[in-house]
Amino acid sequence: MNSLEAKPSPSAEAGHWGAEVRSDLHVAFEGRDSGGVEILLESRVAPYYGSAILGQTREVLAALGVEHARVTIHDEGALPFTIGARIEAAARRAGHASGKRWLPEQHPLPQPSPKERLRRSRLYLPGSEPKYFINALLHAPDAVILDLEDSVHRDEKDVARILVRNTLRAVDFGSCERMVRINQLPLGLEDLAEVIGESPDLILIPKVERPEQVAEVDRMIGEMKTRHWITRPIWIMPILESALGIENALAIATASENVVALTIGIEDYTADLGVVKTPEGRESLYARSRVVNAAHAAGLQAIDSVYGDVADLDGLRRWGEASRAMGFEGMGCVHPGQIRVIHEAFRPTAAEIEKAQNIVAAFEEAQSKGLAVVSLGSKMIDPPVVQRALKLVERAKAMGAIS
Amino acid sequence: MSDISGERVELARNAVGRAVPVMVNGKPQIPFLGVGKFQPHGRKAAPAISSNKDFPDTGDKRVPDLETALRQCGLGDGMVISNHHHLRDGDKVALMALQAAARIGAKDLMWFPSASFPSQEGAIKLMEKGVIHHIEGSMNGPLGDYCTQGKMRGMGVLRSHGGRYQAIQDGEVHIDIAVIAAPAADFFGNADGSHGKSACGSLGFAVADSTYADHVIVVTDNLVPFPCVPWQIEGNKVDCVVEVESIGDPEKIVSGTTQITRSPDRLRIAEFVAKFLREAGIMKNGFSFQAGAGGIALAFVQYLKQMMKEDGVKARFVRGGSTKYLVELLQEGLTDYILDGQTFDLDGVKSIANDPRHVATSPFTSYNYHGKGNFASLVDAVILGATEVDVNFNANVVTHSDGRLLHGIGGWQNCLFSGCSILALPSFRDRIPVIVDEVTTMTGPGEMIDVVVTERGIAINPRRTDLLDAVKGSKLPVRPIQDIKAEVEKICGGKPARPRLGDRPCAVVKWVDGTVLDTVWQVS
Repeated sequence: MNSLEAKPSPSAEAGHWGAEVRSDLHVAFEGRDSGGVEILLESRVAPYYGSAILGQTREVLAALGVEHARVTIHDEGALPFTIGARIEAAARRAGHASGKRWLPEQHPLPQPSPKERLRRSRLYLPGSEPKYFINALLHAPDAVILDLEDSVHRDEKDVARILVRNTLRAVDFGSCERMVRINQLPLGLEDLAEVIGESPDLILIPKVERPEQVAEVDRMIGEMKTRHWITRPIWIMPILESALGIENALAIATASENVVALTIGIEDYTADLGVVKTPEGRESLYARSRVVNAAHAAGLQAIDSVYGDVADLDGLRRWGEASRAMGFEGMGCVHPGQIRVIHEAFRPTAAEIEKAQNIVAAFEEAQSKGLAVVSLGSKMIDPPVVQRALKLVERAKAMGAIS
Repeated sequence: MSDISGERVELARNAVGRAVPVMVNGKPQIPFLGVGKFQPHGRKAAPAISSNKDFPDTGDKRVPDLETALRQCGLGDGMVISNHHHLRDGDKVALMALQAAARIGAKDLMWFPSASFPSQEGAIKLMEKGVIHHIEGSMNGPLGDYCTQGKMRGMGVLRSHGGRYQAIQDGEVHIDIAVIAAPAADFFGNADGSHGKSACGSLGFAVADSTYADHVIVVTDNLVPFPCVPWQIEGNKVDCVVEVESIGDPEKIVSGTTQITRSPDRLRIAEFVAKFLREAGIMKNGFSFQAGAGGIALAFVQYLKQMMKEDGVKARFVRGGSTKYLVELLQEGLTDYILDGQTFDLDGVKSIANDPRHVATSPFTSYNYHGKGNFASLVDAVILGATEVDVNFNANVVTHSDGRLLHGIGGWQNCLFSGCSILALPSFRDRIPVIVDEVTTMTGPGEMIDVVVTERGIAINPRRTDLLDAVKGSKLPVRPIQDIKAEVEKICGGKPARPRLGDRPCAVVKWVDGTVLDTVWQVS
């Protein structure tokens, strides 16, 4: 649905309320021709923030250019970035698509994300559930994914992307890489138009099957960056989730220089093949191997899928360890409880680290003596082994496994 | 300034700067003087001397129903009727007794439960009809609202479990008739809580009532032939025994399974608490702790258990409220004893009934401040909740930030005497910051609260330099309390407005020694 083409309707609503809802609100917007702005507020935090909410509502409506409307708010303790997003979404749905925005206070942008940073864990946060956003950083994943795709109902895409935009701007995610999973094209282009201005670090593109899809996203990101005067990188991670996508892995990996990693969606992939997904993952072994190989061929990181059973931490650990052994450098998380296990699974063992450190020391010694050949004890060390050891030591340092 | 009946209420500032009434329900009060500053005098209260000649030699004290029992105990207007709350929200006996009193035509009773529950909402109707004059005991839900809206004729008096014992023992509250719900009893009045279809574990909260009340009625749905073994209530103190179909709804008396929190933020808090005990050196062989049945506390026990196993550490005793998770510690040899105040789930009830190492205690042994010591101060660490804590570590457990009554004090105040009192709290709920400039209702003075653990960090009371030193150099996120407060206020979009409270006192909060710590004001 393209809201710009839809016939403006004078009243609309957005958001959620009810006894079970936390940190969200529901906004009912009735456009009027005259009479100014009337606000009706019910809030579970009314004694503490009632006047703050009323003040913010007036400010948001003014910023959106709304002069006459009746706005009914049921608030369940939403924070300001959510309040602004829900009011804007309801107003835009009611036809106030002037292109004007109200943006929450800017949290300082984190450092730009290095291309080869650690991406062991990326925590999925449903783009329509603000209650999960604020404390995500406490669980210290390497990345958070603000998801606009599968976790958001198709009728809620327009609302979610406004919330995700405000979240990128206002919420502190610490040193987590801030990723957004957009929808499949062409809907994903509307997502990009809304969120790129707030400098996400990385865009995940779902269900990529051909390199042209990556190129299209890359072009759109480039346009939006220019429009918003953004110079820092916004990386791309294609998700391969079909037999065709897997077959085109290398072409997709090399479709843009902004692609930093390839990942796989096993749920959709096994569905595409019509096979059952098992805990051992034999049915996806070929696809995962191909992703690893294509990623490395293109000089990118290979990142594994998610492990869906959040209660089975032992299964997750086994999966993660096998995944690292295959050449993956990380995987997705659907619950914060998975993060620590994943970090442990992708951490090199003490023996591996020690061996690598010995090789690096021998390499450095050879370098200082001007020797071309590196040897450790009685063994000659081949250059690729040295390269692998250097990389392992560097990663182990980044993980805090070596001080 | 006036109270509900329109009389002038004189207020005094107590040692923590709170304005408190000097007279409550016609009785003069002592404003809080500071921890350990009040010296009691005189002798303990006692019921009238009775004689065996007035009771049957057969020992059979059964009477057909509660009305007969209340009449036999001399029920009259203005009397004090007490109940215990071991049957929690499943209790049927308290309302049964009060309604029987209403049928007899009694007026202006003072209801004195050890705690009240939402299912006892029926007490409001009895207050409206004039049967109950006022309640002294914890109130929440509809009863709490009734009180804080200023509809009760007398003032509410909130006491800790230990404070309730102290008030009875010291004669501040004289119970005319105690009505004790008993999951098992014999015709003589010996009673116990750990057997029968309505089993609830310990009956400890009723011990003071049975000892000091003029008259005691035992109500049971499980009459066993004499003797009822074991007995926690001694039949020698009991006037009559009433048999009823059911004393409570078993489903609401104990939970089938107590649930550990699944919230990642709360799990994080629980893990911080456990790590704190380990890093501070509190978790060591022979130590002791107390944790309640809240989601964070249960998760804490699981984390601590893992650490105890890793470090080969055993506790000498743990304090209940007991749950499956404490029972597991006992059964796995990680503690020698459970000293239990109340029993929250089926595993707890089964354990206290069958395992001699799982011991029922009473507020006398555990919590009474006017004794020769109590168990609470022997506990190395206690993990508690709160609705608010302020930058001086004062905490509130009884009211919402808007002044409405939310919780009873329970054993909370008494537990503050442990070696290390830890409040485990999320740093904000919905949008409401938990750390504030000044608590709405002072329930515990900051000097008694040592550590505040939130998902955003651990604040240690600056008075506890020993604890600050003990965790120096650890990886724990120890931060000044003002720091955490500032971070949360930023997230919440600024400081919350302070709700305007009324100027009419509708309840008081007592400290463990019977002095008045704070006032609960009427809200609109």
